[in-house]
Amino acid sequence: MVAEHHIKLPEDSLEKKTSTLNLGPTHPATHGVFQNILEMDGERVVSSEQTVGYIHRAFEKLAERRPLYQITPITDRLNYCSSPINNMGWHMTCEKLLHVQTPKRVDYMRVIIMELARIADHLICNSIVGVDTGALTAFTYIMQYRELIYEIYEEICGSRLTTNIGRIGGFERNFSNTAWVKLEKFLDEYPRVLREFENLLTRNRIFMERTIGAGPIDAERALSYGFTGPNLRAAGVDYDVRVHTPYSSYEDFDFTVPVGTTGDCYDRYLVRNGEMWQSIEIINQAYKKIQEFKGAESEIYHADIPDYYLPKKQDVYTKMEALIYHFKIVMGETNIPKGEVYHSVEGANGELGYYLISDGGRTPYRLHFRRPCFIYYQGYAELIQGSMLSDAIIVLSSLNVIAGELDA
Amino acid sequence: MSRPVRFNTHSKQADINDNIALITAPEGSGGDGYYATNLESVIALGRKYSIWPLPFATSCCGIEFMATMAANYDLARFGAERLAFTPRQCDLLMVMGTISKKMGPVLKQVYLQMSEPRWVLSVGACACSGGIFDTYSVLQGIDQIIPVDVYVPGCPPRPEAIIDGFMRIQDLVGKESLRRRNSPEYKELLQSYGIE
Amino acid sequence: MDNAFIQKKLEEKFGDLVVNFEEPYGMLTFETEKNNNIKMLQFLYDDPELRFRFLTDLTVVHYPENVGRELAVVYHLHNLVDNVRLRFKVFTDVNQPDVFTASALYACANWLEREAYDFFGVNFVGHPNLIRIMNVEEMNYFPLRKEFPLEDQTRIDKDDAMFGRG
Repeated sequence: MVAEHHIKLPEDSLEKKTSTLNLGPTHPATHGVFQNILEMDGERVVSSEQTVGYIHRAFEKLAERRPLYQITPITDRLNYCSSPINNMGWHMTCEKLLHVQTPKRVDYMRVIIMELARIADHLICNSIVGVDTGALTAFTYIMQYRELIYEIYEEICGSRLTTNIGRIGGFERNFSNTAWVKLEKFLDEYPRVLREFENLLTRNRIFMERTIGAGPIDAERALSYGFTGPNLRAAGVDYDVRVHTPYSSYEDFDFTVPVGTTGDCYDRYLVRNGEMWQSIEIINQAYKKIQEFKGAESEIYHADIPDYYLPKKQDVYTKMEALIYHFKIVMGETNIPKGEVYHSVEGANGELGYYLISDGGRTPYRLHFRRPCFIYYQGYAELIQGSMLSDAIIVLSSLNVIAGELDA
Repeated sequence: MSRPVRFNTHSKQADINDNIALITAPEGSGGDGYYATNLESVIALGRKYSIWPLPFATSCCGIEFMATMAANYDLARFGAERLAFTPRQCDLLMVMGTISKKMGPVLKQVYLQMSEPRWVLSVGACACSGGIFDTYSVLQGIDQIIPVDVYVPGCPPRPEAIIDGFMRIQDLVGKESLRRRNSPEYKELLQSYGIE
Repeated sequence: MDNAFIQKKLEEKFGDLVVNFEEPYGMLTFETEKNNNIKMLQFLYDDPELRFRFLTDLTVVHYPENVGRELAVVYHLHNLVDNVRLRFKVFTDVNQPDVFTASALYACANWLEREAYDFFGVNFVGHPNLIRIMNVEEMNYFPLRKEFPLEDQTRIDKDDAMFGRG
């Protein structure tokens, strides 16, 4: 609704009734580089236009040049807040193409890593929603627990953020004792901290009044826009790839999927919060299951696929076949079987899909990433229509748009 | 199988003086109630310990920057307490993350809006040289469009590395002459980037 | 509801407009005629037994050797109620890459088609706003087609000879 001027303007007047506000690519509120040009009627948003592509790095073209293992580092950089999930998803896609079955212990280890990554991502998203409403305390203190998750990744793969974790068929090494000790410390301390975080925000009157009713979406519209993940579950549809098409032995775990009703920012916050609690549950169960493996079984950390898994270093220096396999895998000279496969995992933002077409060469013929952020960001214009500018900012941060995944 | 540890085996007692750096006054002569030194060193000292950065965080390095700003690796203790998001009010442009060709003009615009003296810290492999993305859409290093003072390599660099880069900027700021920004060499440098 | 049932229903409805039924890795894949894509999407949406009401993905693949059928537009659909996925492709010529847009039926097809246009040059007929989305607007070629190189050819700091190419 555009307000009427009390001054009568002639019909062919060039005077615009709305003002243009550029929420440009560099802005503290846009967590990542994407641009919104908003047409404002005073404080209300009349319409908006999104421009993305400010961090387009041509992942899909890059992947056509690289053999399978060299693609893992670029999948890291899709949703960089939870890169292990992207890595695991890619390895599972390759395993599907190559018909590799991973042992149970490897699956449970993968589950632990993926759920830790999910916690890391939801942690950032919820605390940034707090920051955008003005509640900086939650963010400042809970980042410390993100550092703890980084320490666990460091123990396992050596790197904090862009992890490049795991291999096709499993992991590069068994989790060390220190990693388990750190995991136990995390599982010990984090629930209490999450409870404190909830106490700061969930029933906080100001937070509730800011977020309830901001950017609601109903389930039909959300499905048409291709929403998946917490944004869709907040709208009321309980679609979770871990439950619908279980991968990596998720069917062995007992967890619930939190679902909201209206799809507004408060529901998204609550769904992410609930998912963090469920992730802690899943990690506890996976840890118990791993501890039940005894003897030789507790040393398994990869599937037996010499064609795609680097052999042990002692063997490389002493046996001929191991040397050949090592050379072929490192130089990327192994030919991938012909075929096309689509595999998806439940990323922190939704269904992250990998569509891989191979023509029998050493690199994929075409690799396409089904990126949830890109698909649901289209709905942003509809979500903020008619709302006030500050609500538009809150909606943007509660959607958890990660620029790396938006542009790929 | 584990190899025996060869490094860091001679542990030493922690010394308080290792963890505290006392800022020494610039050279000069003083007495009761006065201290005479040269203006340049005093101003450099003041600027050095209160640099206000503009975090231009585009991708993954931005998350490592958030970790640097958080409680564990606190950047605020180096004087970078106030992060400005507007170029008019900041001294240091920290470019963190991949800059694509679409983003290049935006970066240049932000740089032009900063007022002298200004420094640029390029964090991460992508900002330094394009990183692993040797593609048609990524700018192969921000020094194609703006002059850079310190490069921090890494993908992403650890928070300690970002702090190290920041400390090197502090060294540069501490030694900068007051006349540098008006000197012909500096003007020539800007001319080579097409900046008047 | 399994793949054989879906295949039977499709053959009943469309006859020989649907060809090349395959099941790579368990997902039913078929091909249909270029002008039939919207009718196919609509049928899969409306049919009370098939109910494919979620567009998972829309992308394009470039096959430069198939003259006359170089660009393949691939749709991935998902039936959330019965948990079945399927994939179908339409092929079009690279010199006349006009395909009808799915954005009237699925709101998410809007940007997916813009991305396909940006990367491959497929012209989606009837799209509300078919302009480039990822690359700069001044770009005058479609980068993900196989004939174009990955690297920026005007860069001076990287020596192609050292990287084993050129």
